[in-house]
Amino acid sequence: MARFSPGDPVQVQDIRPPGHIRTPLYVRGKTGTIERICGLFANPEELAFGRDGLPLRPLYRVQFEQAELWPDYDGPAGDAVEVEIFEHWLEPAGRNAP
Amino acid sequence: MSHVHDHDHDHTPPADQDGPLSYYQAMEGAVRALLIEKGIVTADEVRAAIEAMDARSPALGAKVVARAWSDRAYKARLLANGTAACEELGIDMGPTRLVVVENQEKLHNVIVCTLCSCYPRMLLGLPPDWYKARAYRSRVVREPRAVLREFGTEIPDGWQIRVHDSTADMRYMVLPRRPEGTDGLDEAALADLVTRDCMVGVALPKAP
Repeated sequence: MARFSPGDPVQVQDIRPPGHIRTPLYVRGKTGTIERICGLFANPEELAFGRDGLPLRPLYRVQFEQAELWPDYDGPAGDAVEVEIFEHWLEPAGRNAP
Repeated sequence: MSHVHDHDHDHTPPADQDGPLSYYQAMEGAVRALLIEKGIVTADEVRAAIEAMDARSPALGAKVVARAWSDRAYKARLLANGTAACEELGIDMGPTRLVVVENQEKLHNVIVCTLCSCYPRMLLGLPPDWYKARAYRSRVVREPRAVLREFGTEIPDGWQIRVHDSTADMRYMVLPRRPEGTDGLDEAALADLVTRDCMVGVALPKAP
């Protein structure tokens, strides 16, 4: 069961754990919007060490406005980046935040 | 002992990877040797897998794009489930989960993998060197318009650019817009307009 739905505002955790991490540094701590749910996938942070990666975890595509990622971005508003992020890296943001 | 020069080659061998193996090259060789020794794979299976991957080319993706341009219902299926729609055309997608992103009027898509070099190989073959280079990977998420301009692709300010970073389990292909003036073309002629770079999103297809 996925915790987030398309359109939900989310914030990426700003943490720096060691190991094999598929969440790029440039989105850590940034706020974006769920674009779609990609499905359930084994956790790459576990697979990298030869473990089974279970339980499967929801993977999302999260859309970030360029100006959120790069405060000095000089292109038009509306330019965006979409990144795949696993659920355990995401927290509710904005009006959905507790 | 004298060496008689009657054979047909010159004496400057081509540049090769003559340096010592890197850590990962040595590890890959060791793991491969162990897998073969234990009978888990054969050397011929490894060779055949490399041969099959090298045989893939952007022509596969171009066929998919041409069909989507010609068949509205197919395009809808392609956007809903890229993997299934490619398999419909007989393309072996293996474990690839494909997401097709559609260029629209005033919306341009471009693909990257900032973490490594994830690429829709089953559909486009091996990635070009620039796709794997740190310059492209680090810059296209940061200044996509400048990077596209260097490829000769000018995206007007009134258009949005969406950069797709393939960070985990999905792979991406851009569905370009069908160029104006191509109404009379059949699927084979349309496919000829679709290049690798159009499907990565650093170029736009041009009418013949």
